Amino acid sequence: MLGYLIKRMLQCIGVLFCVSLVVFVIMYYSGDPVEMMLPPEATEKQVEALRHHLGLNKPFHAQYVSFLKNALQGDLGTSFVFNKPAVGLIVERIPATVELAVSAMVLAVIIGIPAGMYAAIRPASWLSKSIMTGSLLGISLPVFWLGIILVLIFSVILGWLPSSGRGETALLAGIRLGFPTKNGFLHLILPSLTIAIFQLALIIRLVRAGMMEVMLQDFIKFLKAKGLSERRIVFVHAMKNILIPVVTIIGLQLGNIIAFAIVTETIFAWPGMGKLVIDSIHGLDRPVVLAYLLIVSLMFVLLNFLVDVVYTFLDPRIRLR
Amino acid sequence: MNRQAWLDFWEEFRESKIGIMGAAITLLCLLIAFLAPLISPQNPYDLSQLYLQNSHMSPTLLSKWSYEPFVLGSDGQGRCMYSAILYGLRISLYVGLSSTVISAAFGTFLGLVSGYVGGRTDALIMRIADIQLSFPAILIALVIMALWGQGLFKIIIAISVVNWVFYARTARGSTLSEREKDYVDAARATGVSTTVIMLREILPNIVAPIIVIATVRIAHAIILESTLSFLGLGVPITEPSLGSLINEGYQVLFSGYWWITIFPGLGLMLIVLGINQLGDRLRDVLNPRLKR
Repeated sequence: MLGYLIKRMLQCIGVLFCVSLVVFVIMYYSGDPVEMMLPPEATEKQVEALRHHLGLNKPFHAQYVSFLKNALQGDLGTSFVFNKPAVGLIVERIPATVELAVSAMVLAVIIGIPAGMYAAIRPASWLSKSIMTGSLLGISLPVFWLGIILVLIFSVILGWLPSSGRGETALLAGIRLGFPTKNGFLHLILPSLTIAIFQLALIIRLVRAGMMEVMLQDFIKFLKAKGLSERRIVFVHAMKNILIPVVTIIGLQLGNIIAFAIVTETIFAWPGMGKLVIDSIHGLDRPVVLAYLLIVSLMFVLLNFLVDVVYTFLDPRIRLR
Repeated sequence: MNRQAWLDFWEEFRESKIGIMGAAITLLCLLIAFLAPLISPQNPYDLSQLYLQNSHMSPTLLSKWSYEPFVLGSDGQGRCMYSAILYGLRISLYVGLSSTVISAAFGTFLGLVSGYVGGRTDALIMRIADIQLSFPAILIALVIMALWGQGLFKIIIAISVVNWVFYARTARGSTLSEREKDYVDAARATGVSTTVIMLREILPNIVAPIIVIATVRIAHAIILESTLSFLGLGVPITEPSLGSLINEGYQVLFSGYWWITIFPGLGLMLIVLGINQLGDRLRDVLNPRLKR
């Protein structure tokens, strides 16, 4: 186990190193940000001074080495636009994105598991059929289109829910969160629903497939023969067996949600990491984009690692090598 | 495949109504995209055909004056949305199809080499694929577009870079099982080169699963393109795809001009659902494991 952990750690570090190198190479060759930062009437001398100040006149390897050295100390450069440390800018936006991701996942799980189980146990009922059709739609529709439809229905036509920003936030254990206040909660509904629908569809299909497989197994027949109620068989014994893939999917999809939050945050003007990175891309704010990529990669690598470890605790049949 | 095999395939394919519907929608969209310049009432890129007094016309689809222009309304520049959607569909399909062809060719080649040669080459290619798969597709494409800039050619390359992994994995898996078969040994015994064995002997036998993957991935490629264009990182605004049209419409959704964003979105939904259904059906028919 310890050997496996060390091996995985080294792999994670290797992946992060590759990511930093790839991103840096593309950034290096993607053009000069200096011209965008200065007004067009700036003199040659001013351009040169700024370039020198940002370290852009050094050769490639020197720039990369100094970048890596600073990165290890938690310094990923200063934003050209905000003139603040890039890491700080991103970290202060993490709570907004994570709040969105977690509430979407919670929504998807509390609706998805019962709906998938129902669709597996009563496959012929009209409700199951509409659940499955809905999940097919949910999987194949583009996220941004879903968001727009929700905005159109609930904000433009009905006027029930706000469609932009985060609303009021409250300080909870030192973190600014929206859901404790009524206004913040209302602001949270549409964006998290937008993200949740795809995850919901995925969980429904996964739970249904798993449940149908489990219900055919011998131990279920045995439990039936023993005289257990259907409710107990489904909710206690069968459920245990379908939770493993669900937990895995939740872990792996959290990374995806954080990436897809870019789209959702843009639609709803949600002040999270994703909106920041899109604004930075449009503003050619190199350090922030780079810092975002590295921080998000770190999150993915850690999530994948955690999922692998949790998996082994849940399913003793899996041996790690 | 000979004539009989095609007939058998068709007999089986047409058993599912949904599959037929998907195929019909896909063909219809392809036809529309191909004929867009002939059937659209105006050329949406030609600024001399646009008049500002026509801006934000509401759709006349349900009005009794059926000869009125702007069936689906017009946008802020007086561009007819119906024409814009036809041309947008053209761009979206063009990006989806060409990126699929590029990534399928590239990925299949790498998978073929990986599976046939094995050893270190295989380990290297598959390790790169694993690393890439651990990141969400949208993030990779976004990074490429963000650092490289907008452009039709660039987005095709970006989507191809994202998608090659799926073909490489499938091609490798099929090659591994084909490589052990007698006909490959026979070819080897005749002394032809490795390249010839891979391209002439093995490749034709692994095409079916590749086609299935390709059909499903086209829909993904179109969604990815429209998402990037929606974020303003896809095709340039001078040649709007469905995604850029939706983005443009979303900016004015709150002013009540709902048709500018809704109709392109419906078009996108239609083509994606159509291709997905076609892909699902093809997978069921071509998958040998499901054969009765």
